[in-house]
Amino acid sequence: MPGFASTRTRTDTTASVDGLLAPFQESFMQRAFVVALVVGALCSAMGTYVVLRKLSFIGDGLAHASFAGIAIAYLRGANFYAGAATATILTALAIGFVHRRAKVSLDTSIGVLFTAAFALGVFLMSRSPRATVDLQSFLFGSILGVSAGDVATVVGLGLAVALVVAALWRPLLYTSFDPVVAQAAGVRVPLVDYALLVVLAITIIVSLQAVGIVLVAALLVTPAAAASQLTRRFIPMMSLATVFGVLSTVGGLYASYELHASSGATIVLLATLIFFLALAVSAARRPRRAL
Amino acid sequence: MNAPNAVDVHGLHVRYGRVEALQGLDFSLPRGTALGIVGPNGSGKSTLLKAVAGLVKPSEGTVRVQGSAPGKLAPGTIGYVPQVEDVDWQFPVSVRDVVTMGRYPRIGPFQRFSAHDHSAVARAIDALDLGAIADRHISELSGGQQQRAFVARAIAQEPLLLLLDEPTTGVDAATEEALLLLVRGLVADGLPVLMTTHDLDRAPEWFDRLIVVDRKILADGTPDTVLESGAYAGIREHTHTHGHHR
Repeated sequence: MPGFASTRTRTDTTASVDGLLAPFQESFMQRAFVVALVVGALCSAMGTYVVLRKLSFIGDGLAHASFAGIAIAYLRGANFYAGAATATILTALAIGFVHRRAKVSLDTSIGVLFTAAFALGVFLMSRSPRATVDLQSFLFGSILGVSAGDVATVVGLGLAVALVVAALWRPLLYTSFDPVVAQAAGVRVPLVDYALLVVLAITIIVSLQAVGIVLVAALLVTPAAAASQLTRRFIPMMSLATVFGVLSTVGGLYASYELHASSGATIVLLATLIFFLALAVSAARRPRRAL
Repeated sequence: MNAPNAVDVHGLHVRYGRVEALQGLDFSLPRGTALGIVGPNGSGKSTLLKAVAGLVKPSEGTVRVQGSAPGKLAPGTIGYVPQVEDVDWQFPVSVRDVVTMGRYPRIGPFQRFSAHDHSAVARAIDALDLGAIADRHISELSGGQQQRAFVARAIAQEPLLLLLDEPTTGVDAATEEALLLLVRGLVADGLPVLMTTHDLDRAPEWFDRLIVVDRKILADGTPDTVLESGAYAGIREHTHTHGHHR
C-alpha cells in the first residue's frame, strides 16, 4: 500500500486538508466507501425488522451458514457471491421450514442448522493447505480488497433488496406486529416470512466483505437497537437506524484508515458507541417524560 | 340468486394432538346477523372462531366463508379480533398506526394509500371514539382503549365478516356500551358478526341468534329461547366459577 506513505509525508500548507481527504483519493478506498455506504444503509434498514421480530440470532446464524458456501466456492474457484448466496438462502429457507413443520423452536432450529453449515465450511477449509491465509478475511471482512465487480454486485443486490422491501413493507410490518390477525385478514404470512428470510440472507451476503461473518450480526442489530431507544414510531425508527448504520460503516471505515485498524472491527465499535450514546440520550429524556 | 351464507360450517372437528376441541359442529350464518357463541372455558369457542378465520385447520368437516375456504378468500374479507392480543406492546406504533394496518391486506405492492383508505381509517377511529388518543403509543392505553383500537383496525379493514372473541371481557362499561352500539349498527348495515361472550344476561341485546357450545352445539336459537330452554343452566354455573381466571 504505497499510497499511505506518500500522502502522509507531505509537509506543505495543504497537508492537513490533504490528510483529511487522503482516504478518498485512493481508488481502493473509494470502492470501499461505496460498499460501506450500501452495507450501512441496507443492514440497518433490514435490521429494523430483525430487532422488531427479535431475529438477532437468525442474522448471526445466516452469516455463519454462508461460510459453507464460501468455502466451497473458494476451493472450487467459483464466484464468492454465488457460493455465499446458495448456502445462506438455502439455510434461511431450511430454518423457516424446520420451524414451521417440525415441532422445534426457532432458536433451536437455527442453532442446529447454522453451526452445522459453519462446521462444514471449516471442515472443507481445513483440508485445503492454502486456505488458512484467507480464512481471516472471510471471518472479519476485507472491505479494502473489494474489486470494481464486487462494488457492482453489492450495489445491484442492494437495489434488489430495497425493491423487495418497498413492495412488501406493509405486509412485513403487519406480520411483524400481529401475524395472527394479519393471517386471518388474508395476508400470506408464510410467504412474507420466507421473503423476509431470503432478503435478510441477501443483505448478509452483501455485508460479508465489509465486516465479515463474525461481525455482520452487529451491523444488523446495533443501529436499529440504537434507533429504537430514540423513537416509538416505525418509519422514524427505520430512518434513524439507516442514518446510524451509514454513520457507523462510513465513519468506521474512515477511522480505521486513520488508526490503521481492522475496518470491520472499527465499524462495529463505532456502531456500539452510537448505541450507548442513544441509550444515554434516552435515559436522560425519561425523567422528563414521567412528569 | 342464492347468495352463499356468510359462514357455513359442516361436521367441523378440530383436534389439537389428542384433544378434540370441537366434535362435529353444524351451523350457518346469514348476512346481517349477529350470532353469539356461549360456553364454558375450554368449550372450544375460540377454536371455532379460529377455524372460521382459517387460523386452525379442521381435522374433519368443512368451513366455508362466502362459499370459499377461509384461506382462499380475497385479502381483507375477514376481520378478526382475538381474545387476547398477543403483541409486543413496545412495538413502535401508535393507535392510528394500528388502525391503519387494517387497510394493509387490501393494498397491493407499490400501491399508494388512497383517499378511500384514509377515510376508512378516519371513520374507524371516529366509530370507536379514539380521536383524542390516536397519536398515543400503544403501551400508553388502558385495557378498554386497547380493545377499541383492535376493533377499529378490524372495522377499518371493511371486512365482509367480523369475528370478535370475547371483546367485552375485561373492558370498562363505557367501552362495552360503545362496542354494543357499534356491532348493532354494523349488523343493521348487513355485516355478519360472529362473537363469543361470557355475558349471558345481555345476549338478547347483542345477538339475533345464540348457540351454546361445549365441544358440540348444545342449543341453537334466538337468545331468549336458548336462555329459557335451560341448555345454558349448567354452563352458567361453570362460567361464573371459572370465568374470571383466564
